[in-house]
Amino acid sequence: MLEILKKIERLVNSELTTKIQKSTIENEELLIQIEEKDLIEVVQFIKLNENCKFRQLIDIAGVDYPEDEKRFHLVYLFLSHEKNIRLKLLIKFQIEQSIVSLTKIFPSANWMEREVFDMYGIKFKNHPDLRRILTDYGFKGHPLRKDFPLTGFNEVRYSEKEKKVIYEPVKLEQNYRNFDFESPWEGTSYIKEVKRSEKNAKKN
Amino acid sequence: MPKKTKSMSLNFGPQHPAAHGVLRLILELDGEVVEKADPHIGLLHRGTEKLIEQKTYTQALPYFDRLDYVAPMNQEHAFALAAEKLLKIDVPIRAKYIRVIFCEIGRILSHILNVTTQALDVGALTPSLWGFEERETLMTFYERASGSRLHANYFRTGGVHQDIPMKLIEDIEKFCRSFPKIIDDLEGLLTDNRIFKQRNVEIGIVTKQEALDHSFSGVMLRGSGVPWDLRRSQPYEIYKDLDFKIPVGKNGDCYDRYLCRIEEMRESVKIILQCIERIPKGPVKSIDGKISPPNRDDLKQSMEALIHHFKLFTEGYRVPKGDVYSAVEAPKGEFGVYLISDGTNKPYRCKIRAPGFSHLQAMDYLIRGHMLADVPAVLGSLDIVFGEVDR
Repeated sequence: MLEILKKIERLVNSELTTKIQKSTIENEELLIQIEEKDLIEVVQFIKLNENCKFRQLIDIAGVDYPEDEKRFHLVYLFLSHEKNIRLKLLIKFQIEQSIVSLTKIFPSANWMEREVFDMYGIKFKNHPDLRRILTDYGFKGHPLRKDFPLTGFNEVRYSEKEKKVIYEPVKLEQNYRNFDFESPWEGTSYIKEVKRSEKNAKKN
Repeated sequence: MPKKTKSMSLNFGPQHPAAHGVLRLILELDGEVVEKADPHIGLLHRGTEKLIEQKTYTQALPYFDRLDYVAPMNQEHAFALAAEKLLKIDVPIRAKYIRVIFCEIGRILSHILNVTTQALDVGALTPSLWGFEERETLMTFYERASGSRLHANYFRTGGVHQDIPMKLIEDIEKFCRSFPKIIDDLEGLLTDNRIFKQRNVEIGIVTKQEALDHSFSGVMLRGSGVPWDLRRSQPYEIYKDLDFKIPVGKNGDCYDRYLCRIEEMRESVKIILQCIERIPKGPVKSIDGKISPPNRDDLKQSMEALIHHFKLFTEGYRVPKGDVYSAVEAPKGEFGVYLISDGTNKPYRCKIRAPGFSHLQAMDYLIRGHMLADVPAVLGSLDIVFGEVDR
């Protein structure tokens, strides 16, 4: 398993040299970071190359890091049936940038990109039908961004007076409370360090 | 002079018994022929991924029951595997067996529901009556292990919540001995049934290439003749030691997918029987006190156990920085969890890959050129559950 991943890593690095920013193997998973402008080329390569054949796009995951300059990350998960391996492709970009759509190469990217657009507000170039998908008709905002509150902005209820479903600003009896239970003084490494120092003391 | 025809648009759902939940389909029809289908989903969107970001790893687990609610434990499994991969901990062997037994029960649960409701959609009532009785028995097994019939919340990072009693294992075995007869009965009603075949054979055909392009997995992929099953090709838990076959279809139509599901149920029964035969005694969760909570008896005696208990149920455990994708072969296909941890006690991001999402996406291309009456048949064979599509 690890052997094949290393082989693929070498292959991609030697064939696409400058396009690959970084490649790592962690937890037996290959992660390749590229520039967002090279996306189409790299995806074409890994899909068609005889030694990769990543012919299935499993999913597209957006990630939001509000503090970073390149705020959004997109992780494309690929699967190769022939080689029986997976690959993660990572791109990082700024908030106003739009990304090339993969719908031409993988038809299944259509809804996945719609979902990313819906949840993060990331726009895709040349997408045939970039509408919201999971949220309500006429929804505002992008819920999976870290600055979107968990309770949202609007709530829905059926109004007996107006005889229809209406939207109102969220009114909660008690605000959502996010308790921070994380203790700053303890972690598992602490105990290991103590044990290690004890061992060293014994040796000395 | 040719007649002028005008296409009609038809709103199918969101409250339609054949829509398998809350699907709204906007169909464009030319007479009775479907020209275009535009599924509107998200009516059951509950923001699972957002909620999980706010919860500790233990608290996040129950949300997975609520995704594909006809086979809850299979989803929990994917999340537990992802967290274990990040934590780099091992699961005791008995826990692995218990997990596999309950995942296969989940598979039978899901396939019974799908096969019988698909039959219901094309006009057969009896299979669902017979099938649901078996589902009820299976759900009592869920209840006896976890305390609830549907939302089990049974798997834990590093094992399962509680050990199962010997009597339960015996009863599961008894069920496995009698269940193949029920499958035969169901097959007797459907497999050679003229009406059932007329409604399903050569309907919604998917070729190999199209199945790959549309990110199909599970039965949708195998029905088209691609021998791909994660239990075999990327084995997790103890699947590589078990002896089971992977049924593969030939034509990729609704009927082949039905046959695949029937065969998979038989294989699941075999797997459960093998597990029952081999299941060893031993612990059922990781012995690492920093991850799995202490025994209730120890709480009364040991100071350390009390501290661990308190810390685990307030702070939870911290997961090392990193990102993993782990997938299981859920009854509907590849169910995956892409987990990013920032080193705290809550996941930074948890992307859920639901098989139904890509299957439903292909609805438009599957149904084009078919008759309106084929819509429920195709929809039924896609095996859609809205809990997981909408998340």
